[in-house]
Amino acid sequence: MFVRLSAAIAAVSLLSSAALAQGAKPTDPQIAHIAYTAGVIDIAAAKQALKKTSNKDVKAFAEDMVRDHEAVNKQALDLVKKLNVKPEDNDTSKTLSKNAADKLAELGKLKGAAFDKAYVANEVAYHKAVDSALETTLIPNANNAELKSLLQTGLKIFQGHEQHAEHVAAGLK
Amino acid sequence: MAPRWVFPIVAALMLAMSVSADAATVQITMENLVISPAEASAKVGDTVEWINKDIFAHTATARNGDWDVTMPPKKTVTSVLNKAGTVEYYCRFHPNMKATLVIAP
Repeated sequence: MFVRLSAAIAAVSLLSSAALAQGAKPTDPQIAHIAYTAGVIDIAAAKQALKKTSNKDVKAFAEDMVRDHEAVNKQALDLVKKLNVKPEDNDTSKTLSKNAADKLAELGKLKGAAFDKAYVANEVAYHKAVDSALETTLIPNANNAELKSLLQTGLKIFQGHEQHAEHVAAGLK
Repeated sequence: MAPRWVFPIVAALMLAMSVSADAATVQITMENLVISPAEASAKVGDTVEWINKDIFAHTATARNGDWDVTMPPKKTVTSVLNKAGTVEYYCRFHPNMKATLVIAP
C-alpha cells in the first residue's frame, strides 16, 4: 500500500513538473491561464475532500484551500480584466487539467483514512510542483509587473499551503 | 455638591485613564504574506492591533499556546497582552509566515 502510494505521488509530481516545464517560454496570457488553472484544480480537489473527509484537520485544510485559491483567482480575474488580457489555453494548462481529472477519479475511489492520506499527500506534491513551476518558469517569464507581483504572492501562498499540508500529513500518521 | 453616585464613576474613569496612559498600542501588519515587524516589543497590558492587508485570512498563533488571533481578509483585530515572555508566533494557514513578539512584564 505504502509503496504504491508513494509511487503514485512520485508519478504525479513528475508529471506535473514535466507538464509545467515544457513549452520553453510561455507568454503572459498563457501564464495567466496556467496560474488560474492551477488554482481551479486545487479548489476542485478541496471540494472533493470536503465531501469525503470526516477528519477535522483535513476538513480545515480543505476549507483554507478553497478560501485562499478563490481569493487569488478572483484577483487574477480582476487583473486580466484590468490589463485587457485574455487568458490563453495552452498545452501546460491542458496537461495540468487532464492530470488533475485523473487524480480526482483516483481519489474518488478511496474512503476514510485512506482518502485523507492520499489527498493530503497529493496536496504536498502538487503544491511542490506548482512552487517549482512558479519559481523556474512562470515568474521569470512574466512580462507585466502586476502579473509578476501576483504570481509572487501566489508563490508565497502555495509555499504556505505546502507547509500546512506537510503539517496535516504528519498528524495523520 | 455632586450627587453621591458621581464619585464611583469619576473614580472608575480616573482608573481607566491611568491604565490607558500606561498601556500602549502596538501595530503588527500582515501584508503579502509577510509579518512586519518580524520582531516587535510590547509590555503586559499593551494592545496589539493586528492589521491584515491581505485578501487572505491569517492567524497570529503563539507557539507556546498563549494566544491565537484570527484576522479576516482586509480587517484589523485587536488583542490585549496579559502574559510576559518572548513569544514566537506564526500563521496557521500559511506556516511560512513567522515572527516574534517580546512581551516585557
